[in-house]
Amino acid sequence: MRTEAVLAAVLLTVAACVPQRLPAAEEGGAAKFGADWESWRADTNVADLASVQRGARNFTSYCLGCHSLKYERWSRLGADLKIPGQLLEQNLVPPGAKVSDYILTGMPAADAEAWFGKTPPDLSLMVRARGRNYIYQYLTTFYVDPTRPTGANNLALPTTAMPDVLSEVEGLKEAVYRTETVMVEGKPKSEQVFDHFEMLAPGRMSLAEYDGFVRDTVNFLDYVSEPTQVERRQLGVWVVLFLLVFSWLALLVKREYWKDVH
Amino acid sequence: MTVKTATGSAATLPKADRGSAGKRFWAWLNKRLPVDQFLASQVTEYYAPKNFNFWYYFGSLALVVLVLQLVTGIFLTMFYKPGEATAFDSVQFIMREVDWGWLIRYLHSSGASFFFIVVYLHMFRAFLYGSYKPPRELLWLLGMLVYLALMAEAFMGYVLPWGNMSYWGAQVIVNVFGTIPGIGPDLVLWIRGDYGIADATLNRFFSLHVAAIPLALLLLVALHLVALHEVGSNNPDGIEIKEKVGADGHPLDGIPFHPYYTVKDFVGIGVFLVALAIVVFFVPTFGGLFLESPNFEPANPISTPADITPVWYFTPYYAMLRAVPDQRLGALLLLLAIMAFLFLPWLDRSPVKSMRYRGWMSRSALAVFVVSFIGLGYLGMQPALGVYVIIARILAVLYFLFFLLMPFYTSLESVKPVPERVVYHAH
Repeated sequence: MRTEAVLAAVLLTVAACVPQRLPAAEEGGAAKFGADWESWRADTNVADLASVQRGARNFTSYCLGCHSLKYERWSRLGADLKIPGQLLEQNLVPPGAKVSDYILTGMPAADAEAWFGKTPPDLSLMVRARGRNYIYQYLTTFYVDPTRPTGANNLALPTTAMPDVLSEVEGLKEAVYRTETVMVEGKPKSEQVFDHFEMLAPGRMSLAEYDGFVRDTVNFLDYVSEPTQVERRQLGVWVVLFLLVFSWLALLVKREYWKDVH
Repeated sequence: MTVKTATGSAATLPKADRGSAGKRFWAWLNKRLPVDQFLASQVTEYYAPKNFNFWYYFGSLALVVLVLQLVTGIFLTMFYKPGEATAFDSVQFIMREVDWGWLIRYLHSSGASFFFIVVYLHMFRAFLYGSYKPPRELLWLLGMLVYLALMAEAFMGYVLPWGNMSYWGAQVIVNVFGTIPGIGPDLVLWIRGDYGIADATLNRFFSLHVAAIPLALLLLVALHLVALHEVGSNNPDGIEIKEKVGADGHPLDGIPFHPYYTVKDFVGIGVFLVALAIVVFFVPTFGGLFLESPNFEPANPISTPADITPVWYFTPYYAMLRAVPDQRLGALLLLLAIMAFLFLPWLDRSPVKSMRYRGWMSRSALAVFVVSFIGLGYLGMQPALGVYVIIARILAVLYFLFFLLMPFYTSLESVKPVPERVVYHAH
C-alpha cells in the first residue's frame, strides 16, 4: 500500500514535470506554456518519408474536408510517398475520385464562402508562400474565444476564419493575458498582452503527440509545395561534383596552353 | 596523305590530292560564305591583351547566361500560358508535371539574377580600368543599351508568373511612368492596355519578353561585340596594345583570342556553372532574393503584400525613388541615376585609364560609389521607414556626387606614370 502511494506520487510528479508545449520547454526557454510561441520552429525534414506519409494521412483525415491541393495528383502523391496503389485508393483517395485526379476538397466553394466568409485557401503552395514555421505556429496557437463566430481565435493569424478543427485532437486552450503599460503618442496606456496558454480540456492526444502530428502535417505540406525538392538536392550533389571535375580539367588545359605565353 | 608500302617506298593514295570529304566541303562552303575569314578575324587572329585578370571573365559569362536564358526560355514558352486565368497555374504545371520543368524554370529564374550579377561585375570592371574612355565610348554606350534592354526584359519576365509580387511590382513600376508631366496618365494606360495591371498587360509583356526585347538584346550584344573587336579590348593597365606592334604586325602584348582565351574562359564558365548549380539545386529561392515568397501566391488585386519590393537587381534605384518625398522628383532621380552611366566617357577627364595608375581621389570616389550602390540595394529591400530613408538619401547624394564631381577629381589628382608595356607575370 505504502509502495503504491510512493509510486503514484512519483508518477504524478513526473507527469507534472513533462513540458507542456515541447519546443519552448525543451530548449529551457520560458516556463509558461505558449509565452514564446513566436520562436517556435517547425524543424521538419522533408526527406523523412515516414513523417511525410503520416502527414499525408493527417491531411486527408483532417484538412481535405475543406482544403484542396489543386496542383498535386493522387497518383503523384502515391508515387512520391511510395504508397502502394491499392493502399492509396482504399485509404486516401476519396470515394468517387480517380487516382489521376488532382487532390480537391469535396466542399463546394460557394458553400464554403457562405459558411466561413471566405473559401478556405488551397494549400499546395502555402509552405513556400508563408514558410513552415508560420503553419506550425498557426496549427499550435488556436485558443478558445467566445467573441469569434467560430468560438476560436489564433495567435499566428488573429481573427482567423478557420474553426479550431483540431481541438478534438489537441484539446482546448485558453489564452491568458496580462496588462502592460505601453506608450501611445507619449501617453501611457494599459494594454492586454498575451501571456500564456492554459489547457481547458485535454484532447485525444497528449501535447507531445499533437506536436508530432502537426510537424508531420507541416512536413507533408512542405513536400506538396515542391514535390521535386528531395530529388533536386540529391541530383544537385552529382551535378556540382561533375562541374568541379570539369572546371579542374579546364584549368589543366588552360595551363598547358598558357605555357607559351611569356 | 601518304602510306608506307610493303617495300618501304612511299605511295600516294589516289584521293589524297583532293583532300577528305570534310575538307572539300569546307572549301566549297568558304567559296560561298566567309567562315574561315570570319573566324580568323574575330577569333584565331583577333589579338587580345595577355594580361586579362579575374574581372575579364564576365564578358564571356554574360554571353553564356544570355544563351542559357534564350534556351531555357524557349522551353518554358512551350508550356507557359499567358493570361490572368492561366499564367500562375501553368508555371506550377511546369514545376510539377513537365519532365525536368522544375530544372528549366529554376535555371531561368536563377539565370536572371546571375545575368545581373555578371553584368554588374562586368560594368565594375569598366569603372576599374577606364574601359569606357576613348576610343571605347561607343562600346560603352552600346553596353549601356544592353543593360537597359536587360532591365526591361527582367522586369517583364518577372510579371509573367503572375504571382502577387509580380502583380504589385508591375503596379508600382508602371506607375512610375505616370509621374511624367502631361502625358503620364495616358502613357500608363497605353503601357497597361487596361485601367489596371490586367490580362492585356500580361499578354503584351509576354510578347515583349519572348520576342521584341530578346531580338533587341541580340542585336545590341552583336553590335557591342563588333565595336569591341573594332577598337580592341582594354586591359587592367589601360594601355593600348595596338600601339606596340611586332615585326609580324601583331601587338607585342597581344595573344590570339583562340586558343588562349577560349581555354581560359572555359575555366571561368566551369566555376560559374558550379555557382549556378549550387543555387539552382540547393537554394533556388536564395532566401527570397531570387524568388520572393509572396510570388508563390497568385496575383490578388485586393491583397497587397506586406512590403512591395522589386527583385534585388532593381533595389538600388528603387531605394532612390522612395528616398524622395515627391513622387515625381523621385522618378526623375531614378531616371537620372540610370542615365548617369551614359555620360561617363565624357565626365572622366583622367589622363590615365586604369585605377592602377590613378590617384587616391579616383580610388576613394569609386569606393564610395560601390558602397552607395550596394547600400542603396540593401535599403531598397527594407521598408521605407525612419532611419532607412535618411541613409538612403545620404547614399543617393554620394551616388550622384561620384558622377558630378568626376570631371574635377579626375583632372585634379596626380597620376602615376603608365608603363610602356602591360604588366604580365607568366604563370
